[in-house]
Parts: sequence; C-alpha cells; structure tokens
Amino acid sequence: MTTPIIECRNLQKWYSGVHALKNVDLTIHPGETVGLVGDNGAGKSTLIKILSGVHHQDSGEVLIEGRKVALRSPKDAMRHGLETIYQYNSMVPTMSIARNLFIGREPMKWSVFGVGIMDQQRMRAESIKAIADVDLHLRSPDALVGELSGGQRQGVAIARAMHFKSKVLILDEPTNHLSVKETDKVIGFVRGLKAQGLTGIFISHNMQHVFQSCDRIVAMARGEIVFDKPTAETSIDEVHALL
Amino acid sequence: MKRFLKIYLDKPELAGLALLIVLVLVFQAKSNGILLSFENIRGVMGLLPEMALVAIGVTLLMICGEFDLSVGSVFALMPMSMAVILNSGVPFTAAVLLGLMICGAVGFINGYVTLQFSIPSFITTLGMLFIARSLTIVISGGFPPLLPPDLPTWLFTDYIGGSPFRMSFLWFVVIAALVAALLSLTNFGNWIRATGGFNEAAASMGIPVKRVKIACFMLCSVLAGFAGLLQVLRLGSPLPSIGEGLELQAVAAAVIGGTALAGGIGTVFGAIVGTLLIRTIDNGLVLSRVDANWFKFAIGVLTMFAVIANAWMGKMSRKIKVEAHK
Ligand SMILES: Nc1ncnc2c1ncn2[C@@H]1O[C@H](COP(=O)(O)OP(=O)(O)OP(=O)(O)O)[C@@H](O)[C@H]1O
Ligand SMILES: [Mg+2]
Repeated sequence: MTTPIIECRNLQKWYSGVHALKNVDLTIHPGETVGLVGDNGAGKSTLIKILSGVHHQDSGEVLIEGRKVALRSPKDAMRHGLETIYQYNSMVPTMSIARNLFIGREPMKWSVFGVGIMDQQRMRAESIKAIADVDLHLRSPDALVGELSGGQRQGVAIARAMHFKSKVLILDEPTNHLSVKETDKVIGFVRGLKAQGLTGIFISHNMQHVFQSCDRIVAMARGEIVFDKPTAETSIDEVHALL
Repeated sequence: MKRFLKIYLDKPELAGLALLIVLVLVFQAKSNGILLSFENIRGVMGLLPEMALVAIGVTLLMICGEFDLSVGSVFALMPMSMAVILNSGVPFTAAVLLGLMICGAVGFINGYVTLQFSIPSFITTLGMLFIARSLTIVISGGFPPLLPPDLPTWLFTDYIGGSPFRMSFLWFVVIAALVAALLSLTNFGNWIRATGGFNEAAASMGIPVKRVKIACFMLCSVLAGFAGLLQVLRLGSPLPSIGEGLELQAVAAAVIGGTALAGGIGTVFGAIVGTLLIRTIDNGLVLSRVDANWFKFAIGVLTMFAVIANAWMGKMSRKIKVEAHK
C-alpha cells in the first residue's frame, strides 16, 4: 500500500471542559475523497481545524506523507499542502479576485523581510489561468469577490487551492447557504478533485451530496469516529441509522 | 458607458471630488473671489497638511477594521513631549525621534489592549484620548514651555519660495503618496485590506492579523503626532489644547472620502478629498459671512449624507453587471 497522505493518531482535544475529540485515528490515502459526516457538535470541524493549523491537539500526532508534523498555524498547514475551505468562505468580499487568490502568498517584485512590492501583472495573469483551470468563467480578475455568487466564490477558493498545488483540499460545509444550482456546482468541484489528482475531505450534513461525490464515508459522533466504509459498501440508510 | 458608470459608482471619493468642485465654485462666487485668492489659499494650505495627515492615518486604521479616537490628543502630546525633551538639552532631531517613538508606543498600547482583551478599539482609544491629553497637560507643567528660537522651520513650515505652500505641504504629499503606495502596491497593503475586509478569512489564509492591526495603530498614532509637530512649528508654541475635536473631524473626513466603518474599504485619496471638503466648508462659510457656528452643522449633515450616498452607490453598482457571466 502507498504511504497515507494524512494519518491522525490518537488525537485528543478539549475545549475548557468539553472533550471534543476522543482518541481519533484516521488514515487517508492519496487520491481519496472522504466524506466526513456526523451530528452537530460531533467534532468534525475540530478535527479539520487541527489539520488546517487553526487549533492544536492536546495529545496525539498528525503525520503527513509518513512524517510527523507540527501544524502550528494555517501557514504551516498550507506549506504541507493542506488547504481548507470553510462554509463562510475564506475570501474577502471587498477585494478583487486576483488579490484574493494570493492573500498571504503574493508573488513579489522585490521585498525586504517579507514585505515589498507585489507583482500585480503576474497575479492577474495567473488568476485568470487558475480560474479557467477549474472550469469557472468569470469576466475579469479585477471583479470584487463580493459580486460573485456563493458557488462562484467557492469555485475561486478551490481554484486558489489548486493553483498553490495543494495536495489535500478540506471542505467544511462548503454548500451551506447555497442554492440548489450553486450547490451542484460545488459538488461538481468536489467530484473533479480526483481527476486533478487531489485528495479531498468533504464535510456536509447532506448525505446525498456526500454519497454523490465521495468514495469513502467516515462518520463521527461525540468526538469519536464511529463508522468508516467505502461508499460502494454502504448506503445512506445505514449511515442514518447509526447517527 | 455602463462600465464607466459602474467605475464611478465604485469610487465614492470621486463623488466627493465633484462635490468639492461645486462647493469651491459656490463659495468663490459668494465670497466675491476671495476663496481662491492667493492670501486665502495660503491660509487654508497651512492647516490642510496637518489635518490631512491625521485623516490619512485614521483611514488606514479604519481600512484594517479598527478605529482611533486618540489622534487629537496624540496630536498635542507629541509636540509637547518634544518641547519638554528639547528644554532638557537634547538636540532637535533626537527630540523629534523620541516624540515620534512616544506616539508609536501610544499606538502600540492602543492596539495591544484592544486585541489582547478583545475590547472595541472605540473604547480603548476613547480611554487613550483622556490619558494622552492628561499627560500632555501634566508634562507641560500648566503653562506651555518655550521652544528654542533656532528650530529648523525651513524644513517643516517655511513657505516654498513665493508659493502659497509651506514645506509641510511637501511632507504631506510625500507621506500621502507613500501610504497610498503601501496600500495598493505592497503585499502588506493586501494584508491590511484583507484583515479589515474579513478578519477570519485573512487569518485562515495565514495573515498575522494582530500584527497587521498593531502596525496600523502605530502608523496612525505616528502620523497624528507628526501632524501635531507641524502645527506647533507653524504656530511657534506647543499649546496643550491643540487638536481637541480633531479626532472626530478626521473620522468625518475619512467617511466623507468613502472609507467604510466596517473596514476593508477606503483610499488615501478619499481621505484627502474628505479633508479638503471640510476645510473648504469651514473657510467658505467664514468668507461668505455665515455664522461660524453653522460649520459643525454642515459637517454633520455632510457626514450622514456621505454614508447614505456611499451605501446607495454601492447598491447601484452591484446592480450593474457589465457583462453577463458566461
Ligand atoms: N472554540 C470552541 N470553544 C469551546 N468549545 C468548542 C469550540 N469549538 C467547538 N467546541 C465544542 O466542541 C464540540 C465539537 O464541535 P465541532 O465544531 O467540532 O462540531 P461539528 O461536528 O463541526 O459540528 P457542526 O456540524 O455543528 O459544525 C462541540 O461540543 C462544540 O460546542
Ligand atoms: Mg462544524
């Protein structure tokens, strides 16, 4: 078997009294699209926040491609190829698409101590390409993200992750507050991950969506993983019965 | 045509500029041509750089999503501490640098307290408004210390040749250009806009949002202090009461120039247009022999009007889709 791209061992997390993660073990192989389901407060977002460097586990370890890593900040996680897209969308509505694509990772003309002049021409050119690569058609990289529809915004977020050669794309309820049509678009993006050679973790409360787009279903309840099967070997009813 | 309309609607500072031109024409007529006379422009251009620098700092801070009510007090604190330091025998350059460092420290405290204790910066800096003003009066010892007679006013406040502009105008132009470049050309400017536009998104993209905000707090204070220095060198003595009420005029200038209270939106150019509008109204009312007490009334109306107009223009702009999405 190949080396797992992500391996969580014995992850524990407390939030002042709340035991949010209890000994979570999870192994994900390259190219898998994993659907993570579970009731409200099951610990899904907590697990994802540890993987994206927002929170740190109280004990246990995370391995990426077989090597133990310390994910102390979102930057660390991105450096290891883990990029997360949240339900609220990690885009700044008051900024252009081109500027959004490169927040925190701006190509520079020159800089001292990490601060300097951005190469805006390159930002525009590369964002046009990145957006076209995910089959999204937008009129201009200078348009404000606030003027895009929710589905288009998630598309741009996915384009951003792909542009920076992320290996794992984590989507935490990316279809919340989206219309049916927009949701379909995002589901389409998730299904397209495999073709792009990416690994995906897709969190949703909608079983249909998860079953449509993922090849493995993992369910959490009260901070533990209670179910883990390939999509082909299970059914929506079986998962529902469990939760 | 549609595209131009949209670009125009997206830039509230252009509407401010249009209003400015109208007001200048009206006041020029009402004052029988005095408004644009050499002597009057000379007078207006003395105060303008000082207020505009404060407004630029406040705008920068508002873009990154925070607020500073202490700029008027810092405006007085910087020159007062410099005067006290000068009187203890320290050379001018060192005294100015020390004064600016005090401003930087004030800005740091504003930012640190705001972020560390998750207090609205409105409250933190309201506290600092009183603290810095009080310190100014305490260190002045109750009466303004004398400034040494040999200060390099040629570098700060002397008129440039026979023009109506003082050296302070040059400082203002250079600093405004630098801050504008910081905002639009540098990655740090990108972080400032992202932090103010949507703090969580910026943080999730790895932007050190707290450090970005503290840097903006410090820059805002330093600009306010430097503006206070310019005023004191122009007037020749460090009064402890200068800059009172300036914080609100600076916020008004920023808002009139299109800066959003919610953060993420605003331009240096807008801050300058806002300042020019306020100065023109002040000056124009006086020249037109209107009771000077109407000045604050006019600024109040203009501020409300600007916010409503900006919201409306934003809404109209969003309605105009230049090309349909494919
Ligand atoms: N920042 C926090 N501080 C304190 N408690 C938290 C925090 N974040 C989550 N929790 C608690 O940890 C538990 C797990 O929450 P988590 O957000 O991981 O659930 P979830 O599975 O993502 O739920 P949902 O489907 O509602 O998003 C819950 O009991 C929640 O109240
Ligand atoms: Mg969640």
